[in-house]
Amino acid sequence: MLNTEPNIAAPDDFYEALLSIHQDLTPEQSRVVDARLILLLCNHIGDLGVLRQAMVRARQGIEPAGRDAAIAASA
Amino acid sequence: MHVDYQSLRFEYRRSPDQSASQRAHHPVVVVGAGPVGLATAIDLAQSGQRVLLLDDDHCLSSGSRAICFAKRTLEIFDRLGCGDPMVEKGVTWNLGRIFHRNEPVYSFDLLPEGGHRRPAFVNLQQYYVEGFLLDRARALPGIEIRWGNKVSGVSPSEDGVELTVETPEGEYHIQADYVVAADGARSPIRKALGLESRGRSFRDRFLIADVRMKADFPAERWFWFDPPFHPNESVLLHRQPDGVWRIDFQLGWDADPVAERTPERVIPRLRALLGADAEFELEWVSVYTFSCLRMERFRHGRVIFAGDAAHGVSPFGARGANSGVQDAENIAWKLALVLRGEAPDTLLDSYDAERVAAADENILNSTRSTDFITPKNAASRAFRDATLDLARDCAFARRLVNSGRLSLPCTYHDSPLNTPDAETFAGPLVPGAPAPDAPLVVDGRPDWLLRRLGGEFSLLHFRKAAPAMPETVPPVRLVTVAPGEDAEGMAARRYDARPGTTYLIRPDQHVCARWRRFDPDAVSRALGRATGRA
Ligand SMILES: Cc1cc2nc3c(=O)[nH]c(=O)nc-3n(C[C@H](O)[C@H](O)[C@H](O)COP(=O)(O)OP(=O)(O)OC[C@H]3O[C@@H](n4cnc5c(N)ncnc54)[C@H](O)[C@@H]3O)c2cc1C
Repeated sequence: MLNTEPNIAAPDDFYEALLSIHQDLTPEQSRVVDARLILLLCNHIGDLGVLRQAMVRARQGIEPAGRDAAIAASA
Repeated sequence: MHVDYQSLRFEYRRSPDQSASQRAHHPVVVVGAGPVGLATAIDLAQSGQRVLLLDDDHCLSSGSRAICFAKRTLEIFDRLGCGDPMVEKGVTWNLGRIFHRNEPVYSFDLLPEGGHRRPAFVNLQQYYVEGFLLDRARALPGIEIRWGNKVSGVSPSEDGVELTVETPEGEYHIQADYVVAADGARSPIRKALGLESRGRSFRDRFLIADVRMKADFPAERWFWFDPPFHPNESVLLHRQPDGVWRIDFQLGWDADPVAERTPERVIPRLRALLGADAEFELEWVSVYTFSCLRMERFRHGRVIFAGDAAHGVSPFGARGANSGVQDAENIAWKLALVLRGEAPDTLLDSYDAERVAAADENILNSTRSTDFITPKNAASRAFRDATLDLARDCAFARRLVNSGRLSLPCTYHDSPLNTPDAETFAGPLVPGAPAPDAPLVVDGRPDWLLRRLGGEFSLLHFRKAAPAMPETVPPVRLVTVAPGEDAEGMAARRYDARPGTTYLIRPDQHVCARWRRFDPDAVSRALGRATGRA
């Protein structure tokens, strides 16, 4: 079960640390850092059920406005 | 003896069917002499079935095309009587290395455990594979091959299929009980029946350059992401027999497919990788895009689709030809039983169920590899690069790097032909899985378990004394493994066998039932189920 109750002992310290890793970065650099961070955390959690719940929550309410580079094909 | 299979030409010859006053009848016609059609025809002929094989062309595969043939496919070739030349000619490899930019990030050994007759993969040009299959097909009495015979019309009915065949001397018609359409990705038979193969294409282009050169790269698969000699894109290097190397350059969607094929473009790309003074000759060059797609169903009455005609995958993971050969062996024994009247026509529905599931598994794996290699949006790209960065010092990330997964045979978990276990068995082997190989010692000489199974239903029994096997239709061959024969204990481990353990194994060497002791009634029931009679 994904825990959405408070779980971090020092929330302000955590938040400050999270922002500080992005200091002076371009959006592209931040994306790199975020991607690494997500992968590290996901591996640490490990439980795919929990990860899927977090993914669903993260994606909630966002209507796709972009387009992937794959095309329907038939032969 | 060296045969240049690529340059062989096969002549069209007039067949008596073309002047027959009555339409000639054939129990089974296989359309397409690619790897899948050839394997199907051989398998059918080996079980005593007369087969007609039609091909519109006069030669084998032009260009090396498929080069990686997996362990299970080699085991099938063993059963088809042509495994040895494939493995002797092929380049055996087990090791893959992955580089990011200039640095090695990860390497993998595909066959970490011993006790298998065949290696994880051999690399062998498709024209050799087709050539060795063809040599075998020609040595079998039941197969007639007609080159320059193009199927141009298909009319299925309740009790057969009428084919229109075009030849240099005009059209003729034949009647078939069953047709196996192994006529390739563009499948004219699929089109003629108004059917489609659907899925998705990836917006990317790849250059394949097969070059002949003297080089001291090892027999390993090397894959670079974003190397300095080809920035931003990926490159694959792989060795084939005869000093030929497969080099694959990712080009991106905007590349011009015609210009990229010209030596003026290809040679500088190769020099960037191989060095300015490398000496090489271009053997085959092609630019391609790819799709993952499949037909909704592979069986349409008496017309059965197999290989690329039924499904398509991206090349990463080498699942095209490998899975097609598995289609071939799945349909062949079923058709042979139905044609002999030993199983109902509905047995063929299980081909559809099993091979559609296999195609989905292959498409899933191939799509995942492609999504890693060809990121389809900015986030995919960011995660890909992050994975590669982390892979250098974080073991977990190495497991996420995906440049193509090993082509493994599908386990038919949900097959209607399986009898579910009534007793407990430990280990990965389950009903529906291909029977694993193991080394044996028979009469003091080394042998292999799969070699003893052959191509009929087999009852694999772990014990010294052989039980009496009842007469059944189709017959079941008894294969016993005495404890002394399993000298290393590998067979017992892989089958979780104790004295008395008994496996019923299908002609395609997939497990369909197993017990802790031999019970002739249980065997008969399981056989009924595995042949579609229950
Ligand atoms: C560049 C490239 C690399 C690849 N690499 C790999 C790899 O490493 N591993 C792997 O497993 N797969 C690989 N593949 C895929 C592999 O080549 C195919 O999956 C395989 O050839 C499919 O075999 P097939 O017998 O179904 O079809 P095909 O080989 O296409 O054979 C179809 C045959 O049918 C004949 N035919 C067509 N229409 C008619 C007609 N109307 N009448 C009579 N005959 C007809 C054709 O002449 C042909 O001989 C690769 C493919 C390409 C293009």
